[in-house]
Amino acid sequence: MIKKISVYPEKCTGCRLCELGCSLKKVGEFNPTASRVRVSIFGEEAFYTPIICTQCDEAWCMKACPSGAISRDFGVRVVKVDPERCVGCRMCTLACPFGTITYYAPLGKAIKCDECDGQPECVLFCPTEALKYEEESTPTRLKRVATAKKLESSSKEVQP
Amino acid sequence: MKGWIGKILRVNLTKGEWRVEELDRNIAEKFIGGRGLGSKILYDEIDPKVDPLSPDNKLILATGPLTGTSASAAGRYMAITKSPLTGTIACSNSGGHFGAELKFAGFDLIVIEGKSKDPVYLYIEDGKVEIRDAKHLWGKTTHEATDQILSETDMDARVACIGPAGEKFVRFACIINDKHRAAGRSGVGAVMGSKNLKAVAVKGSGSVQVADKEAFRKATLDGFQKVKANPVSSQGLPAYGTAILINIINQSGILPTRNFQEGVFEGAEKISGETIAEQILVRNRACFACPIACGRVVRVTNPKYACFSEGPEYESDWALGACCGVDNIDAIGKANYFCDILGIDPISAGVTIACGMELFEKGIVSKEEVGRSLNFGDPDAMVEMVKAIGYREGFGDTLAEGSYRVAERYGHPEYSMSVKKQEFPAYDARGAQGMGLEYATSNRGACHVRGYMISPEILGSPQKLDPFETEEKAGWTKNFQDLTAVVDSSGICLFNTFAFGAPEILEYLKAATGVKMTLEELMKAGERIWNLERLFNLKAGISGKEDRLPDRLLKEPMPSGPAKGLVVKLEKMLPEYYELRGWDKEGVPTKEKLRELGLE
Repeated sequence: MIKKISVYPEKCTGCRLCELGCSLKKVGEFNPTASRVRVSIFGEEAFYTPIICTQCDEAWCMKACPSGAISRDFGVRVVKVDPERCVGCRMCTLACPFGTITYYAPLGKAIKCDECDGQPECVLFCPTEALKYEEESTPTRLKRVATAKKLESSSKEVQP
Repeated sequence: MKGWIGKILRVNLTKGEWRVEELDRNIAEKFIGGRGLGSKILYDEIDPKVDPLSPDNKLILATGPLTGTSASAAGRYMAITKSPLTGTIACSNSGGHFGAELKFAGFDLIVIEGKSKDPVYLYIEDGKVEIRDAKHLWGKTTHEATDQILSETDMDARVACIGPAGEKFVRFACIINDKHRAAGRSGVGAVMGSKNLKAVAVKGSGSVQVADKEAFRKATLDGFQKVKANPVSSQGLPAYGTAILINIINQSGILPTRNFQEGVFEGAEKISGETIAEQILVRNRACFACPIACGRVVRVTNPKYACFSEGPEYESDWALGACCGVDNIDAIGKANYFCDILGIDPISAGVTIACGMELFEKGIVSKEEVGRSLNFGDPDAMVEMVKAIGYREGFGDTLAEGSYRVAERYGHPEYSMSVKKQEFPAYDARGAQGMGLEYATSNRGACHVRGYMISPEILGSPQKLDPFETEEKAGWTKNFQDLTAVVDSSGICLFNTFAFGAPEILEYLKAATGVKMTLEELMKAGERIWNLERLFNLKAGISGKEDRLPDRLLKEPMPSGPAKGLVVKLEKMLPEYYELRGWDKEGVPTKEKLRELGLE
């Protein structure tokens, strides 16, 4: 079973505790710009959601990295930056279509989510379970079940 | 420094200059931060007799040592100044994301002095400050100004600003940050307006450091557990917002109705938190680092009152609703929206309109003067008056002075439901005696968040007290007031205190700042802050004689409901309160008390 961080935007309240948990764990300070997960808040639409690396199979960031600092750990399936080899060129940040690998100025390095080696701190800090660490097909399976439920109730409605 | 950033930004608007000062750690430990530290600076630097709207007054925006951390709901900042409504020291507390961003930008506090010749706004980014022209923003609503400033600075900046009400010195104008969060009470927005300061925008990429990371992490997770274990913070507030109280307080017979003429509102159900959730709620929204998320994002679709906004929360719901006899949630939603965009405190606005309604119904104010009829229960009159106050138009210009000055002007100050000229919040003290003592002694005039006696008297937390009795209330009130001063000063939200208290806050503070402090010393810090505020007020000429309540609460028995027949027996509680505080019979702190607190 492969576990991944899954995101449930409808449960997010925009509190940004995930950012704080992440930055405390990764840099030992509270600093949202050091966080590997960032919350986008669209007040006018009443929509808020954490945005976090999805750990692409064919990772753009990895392909763009000229120094070979980004690698894929096939065991736990996360894409990692080796800070020893990262030269801070920012090519990965240009390549990533999601903005989930960022350049962190105080270190002069690229930073991204590595799922805390199986114990993601953001998930622990999230008070509403908008972030969960679970079997990676769970969110899609839940959506399928919800769709099926709708079908069930609608078929009952039209029965004579 | 850990916890604190260690930097104070001082901006002189008269000279157009700014400089950075070091925070004195000894003073920070004594006064914690936020409200305490801001009050200390104000007390040391201004003459308490100063005209609040003159350049000699100062406006301090202050965070606490926990602001910006992962402590539960640690996103608070406070606006501290001398109030143009009360003449007392004012401290208004707000959430959202502004306070945390100020610390990430490198400052614990901003001290704003003087007065700019022309409208300006401050843009603070990572320790650098620009005083920018704001002529094009003057007259704009808080939402328009925020959007414009974000487009001129950085889309991730956080903006605290005033609306037209602050510009026009409405005596209960507030400061609005993040569009929907308010440093609401006591007219702090009017002080900002008097300095020709439209807004403060901040953007930071720095850090808040803590002294003991592991201990802080543990305190954080423990705090979450406690918030989750308490039904108010884990279920009531997220599902229904603070307005869950409408039905509870109404059933207790202390939901002030039609300007405190009654304590039971027949339309309560129609304006309850449950009704809001059913009819206009889109979803809830959290402030920075808050696991509770009581904020209401609402959409009113009724074309007459259509708006997309946040709130109303309990106080605004009641003030614009029950207190004005209005049971139309759509109209309340719209009026609350006007309060947000024009920058007005909905509590004082609602209670002042209710005062106007009583004056009108008693024939003291004429239809000609108001420009329309002003009856209780008329939603259109209520909404129109809110707007008129914000722009100081017509009768709104009169109401913008606050209920006390309005009622006094018409020769009937007894119809102002206020203490020290600040309007009451949503609890009639005739059925909650301790709350009555709290109102009378609050350092910023009538206020529920200086010492929330409703918690033990009505909600039964941390233990149930008989709300109709006066016994032991003096001690409870003192303790709640001191604890609240600690909570505010630390930078976390008061709503945490449903779930935990001083011991947990002490753990946070020790882990964050490295301070070595006992529980007793922490509570002593709260007491020190309370006494310092009291000293400011005494020097401002506000004596113990003003520790009183309107005659309506002292002499008119509650006409109906569970609290029927009761008045507030203030005279039974006040002497004991003074004694417990170590104050003399006139309510002046004794020399011994001041020495004990290090305030001599």
